[in-house]
Amino acid sequence: MSVSSKIQDVFNEPGCSKNANKSTKEKKKGCTKQLQPGGAAGGCAFDGAKIALQPFADVAHLVHGPIACEGNSWDNRGSASSGPTLWRTSFTTDMTEQDVVFGGEKKLFKACKEIIEKYDPPAIFVYQTCVPAMIGDDIGAVCKAASQKFNKPVIPVNVPGFVGPKNLGNKLAGEALLDYVIGTVEPEYTTPYDINIIGEFNLAGEFWQVKPLLDELGIRILSCISGDGRYNEVASSHRARATMMVCSKAMINVARKMEERYGIPFFEGSFYGIEDTSDSLKELARLLIERGADPELMDRVNAVCEREEKRAYAAIAALKPRVQGKKVLLITGGVKSWSVVAALLEAGFEMVGTSVKKSTREDKERIKELMGQDAHMIEDMKPRDMYKMLRDAKADIMLSGGRSQFVALKATMPWLDINQERHHGYMGYFGMVNLVKEIDRTLSNPVWQKVRKPAPWAKVGDSWQERALAQIAQEQEALAADPAKAEEARRAKPVCMCKGVTLGAIEDAIRDGAATPEAVKEKTAASGGCGACAVRIQEILDQGAIVGQPTQTINVAAE
Amino acid sequence: MAKVSHAKKSCSVNPLKMSQPIGAALAFMGLRGCMPLLHGSQGCTSFGLVLFVRHFKEAIPMQTTAMSEVATVLGGFENVEQAVLNIIQRTKPEIIGIATTGVTETKGDDVDGFIRLIRQRNPELNDFPLVHVSTPDFTGAFQDGFEKAVVRLVDELVREPENAAQKNMRAVNVLPGSHLTPGDIEELRTIIEDFGLAPTFLPDIGQSLDGHIPDDFTPTTIGGVGVDEVAAMGEAGWTIAVGEHMRAAAEALQAKTGAPYRLFEKLCGLEASDALIAFLMEISGREAPAKYRRQRGQLVDAMLDGHFHIGGRKLAIGAEPDMLLDIGSFLNDMGARIEAAVTTTASPILQKLETDEVVIGDLEDLERLAGEKGCDLLVTHSHGRQAAERLNIPFYRMGIPMFDRIGAAHEVSIGYRGSRDLIFKIANLIIAHREANTHVTPDTWRNPWDAEANGAAIATSFSH
Repeated sequence: MSVSSKIQDVFNEPGCSKNANKSTKEKKKGCTKQLQPGGAAGGCAFDGAKIALQPFADVAHLVHGPIACEGNSWDNRGSASSGPTLWRTSFTTDMTEQDVVFGGEKKLFKACKEIIEKYDPPAIFVYQTCVPAMIGDDIGAVCKAASQKFNKPVIPVNVPGFVGPKNLGNKLAGEALLDYVIGTVEPEYTTPYDINIIGEFNLAGEFWQVKPLLDELGIRILSCISGDGRYNEVASSHRARATMMVCSKAMINVARKMEERYGIPFFEGSFYGIEDTSDSLKELARLLIERGADPELMDRVNAVCEREEKRAYAAIAALKPRVQGKKVLLITGGVKSWSVVAALLEAGFEMVGTSVKKSTREDKERIKELMGQDAHMIEDMKPRDMYKMLRDAKADIMLSGGRSQFVALKATMPWLDINQERHHGYMGYFGMVNLVKEIDRTLSNPVWQKVRKPAPWAKVGDSWQERALAQIAQEQEALAADPAKAEEARRAKPVCMCKGVTLGAIEDAIRDGAATPEAVKEKTAASGGCGACAVRIQEILDQGAIVGQPTQTINVAAE
Repeated sequence: MAKVSHAKKSCSVNPLKMSQPIGAALAFMGLRGCMPLLHGSQGCTSFGLVLFVRHFKEAIPMQTTAMSEVATVLGGFENVEQAVLNIIQRTKPEIIGIATTGVTETKGDDVDGFIRLIRQRNPELNDFPLVHVSTPDFTGAFQDGFEKAVVRLVDELVREPENAAQKNMRAVNVLPGSHLTPGDIEELRTIIEDFGLAPTFLPDIGQSLDGHIPDDFTPTTIGGVGVDEVAAMGEAGWTIAVGEHMRAAAEALQAKTGAPYRLFEKLCGLEASDALIAFLMEISGREAPAKYRRQRGQLVDAMLDGHFHIGGRKLAIGAEPDMLLDIGSFLNDMGARIEAAVTTTASPILQKLETDEVVIGDLEDLERLAGEKGCDLLVTHSHGRQAAERLNIPFYRMGIPMFDRIGAAHEVSIGYRGSRDLIFKIANLIIAHREANTHVTPDTWRNPWDAEANGAAIATSFSH
């Protein structure tokens, strides 16, 4: 299958709930934010594929391309391996001008040969990049020839960066596993307690905060895709009884197609958060029992969950006096958010910035989406406005992903990374206690008071913070004096970041008769990207009648 | 507010402390053309000499009165006279600094009387600077000997100004404590000069122990502040003292010359550097050069980058009082908690340290406390290496002696730039130690709650 038809296939993913709501035309355009020249910050498809597959620890990961693709990016992931270290050895064909002119296939073949001679890995994953794709190097053919010649799996991962973003690369990596790896080896033995875990990368080794519990329950991880993974495990993963898809829709195609082909049921779960961990363990037990495991498993799971929850909450309660009433501004997307919120509320933190008061399960989805939207907006925020937001929120600490780190730090705001690039494990029951400890450690650091002190040459009112606030105040004053301008500014507020749709455009669409978020999407394209702003659009709809005059031009994102 | 206590034991194990006479010798080594002379047995000098040679990796000028058993009993006048005459004849120094030792203080040699007698008997030495300081080995520590020597240099060498009202407001005296390295002194000199001021350092080991290759062989110090320059310090408008143990010298200078002094307890860290820059802006009437504005921003950024690593560390630190306060406070600012603090000698500033207790003790005390408190960062001089190895915690070498690494003279930890680099060095050390020692495995969290209950540190981090 060609790359483009593969991509279309991936985009048709029926397992994706977001995808199901899309029109045929929208599906064709793909599931992710359209790349904007001059405005894109994320990684490419190659990057995504490498992230997804590189944690396979005993595999040689060979990047076919010029030095940029691998040379500029290698050994920068925090996955942990319990054994082989080959995954951290960097292999690339380092294509030169000659290779570009005469083709790089021979070099790629020789590279495979050298790796097998020197390292003898159980398999080689060959990653295609832009330049060899452009000159027409057929890595599929090379891999096939190498596999036959050396009698060793050489797996082509066809992911030139230009085909799309990181997210797409994750999925294409999954396709490579489905096409060439999964089901090619039979496990030595099977049990009714065999599971697969998909989309877990064992960053900072944090999956090992959970694995002891699975061991205790007698649940065997037949294969983890791909944290601390092994080639033969993933190759025999088709014999598992159930699959848990962790935290990410990135590899949903693998989970769904394994269900389709091998009848392995899957669910989406998370090991972040106390409640979520228990839920996931119980769901795993339920699926296993459904497929023939002894029903007493559920009793044991319940007992373990109860015991661990008790321990975790006791440990968090012990930290309560230190952190009670501290205000946390939590800005993050993804499904981790809710779990974190629940643990933080338990520890006595106050949440600001996101309206989280109740902790009932009904609120869960809504809060998740709201926070996803906040995270999205933060990424596009000017440092100046961010500073004001942090100040106005009177937050003591901001928790977010790595991207907003430097803005927070420059605003001398205590900050803690709760997304992927961090160094600490926050998984399972113990991980949440760790998180609260880390927040406490950050908050109690006197460094924040020190760095906020004015410089010896500072003049009152002349710091960048004060200038920023003054500038904002001035602009607001100007707007207050000019109602037309104020209205213009109000309407210019972006709601959908992906498609660049403003509040005004959405109001116009509503005035034109759109009564549901779907109808608004039809008219404006808003929420047609990541979908996080659908909840905001619903809020705007809930506010009722739109006042004011309709504008002549409706800002519809280009189709 | 720290409580200061003395380790109650008879046997000091793995000493942190060094003796007063070699502290005095270090001060003398900051004078140009100087020969420090320890009045004691040969060993008093040779141990000090070896210690400095291993630390600075330089030829060290230091002489001895080579007291014999008989001389020790009968009194050392002849040894001192002979030593002075021999040194003058053989090395042509501009000044000789004489520090007494345990031996000669126990005997009770009257060295001031000796010097008067030497001058009487050798009139050609009437104007030759012979500066004596009383530094018995059995009291105080290195820092105290340094302090006393600087006071004596002020007493003996600084000329009382003829017109006390007429000051050179561009001239600044600097009295740097023994905790400053030659590199620190060079940095401080640059900073002061950048404000259009002309500093005179007493002592100035920045010019003598900075490890430069001299043009010709000199048996005395190869640089430092000249006797004539010290004499002229009375004309300066201001005095900057660095470290509490320089207060006595600053007061002596003020009493003699009327020059007001400002004492900086610390020069490491943002606040301390801000205070220095603010003072220099004030006395020079100049704005801070753009370079320092940029450096300050870099330090703030380094603090933010560094707090992830240094924050939450349990620090065990062993250092002389002024270094203890300077470095301990800075690491405390960065979020480290001072769990074990050991020092060498009493000082009024010890109670200012942000910790419960400062022990006047030895490295055994530091090691024991560090173990008990579960410390995970050790800062002390090179003799801490065994403790660090046994405790398996990251170890940052600071202070004298630093014999198992090179470049001790050029370590800088003052000012914006020095503080910035210190953060990087310590944070990187912590990261390297973590990489070498933290191996997260499938068994790491097998029984996390037991470890939690025992307060044991469980590996939670992994760097990449």
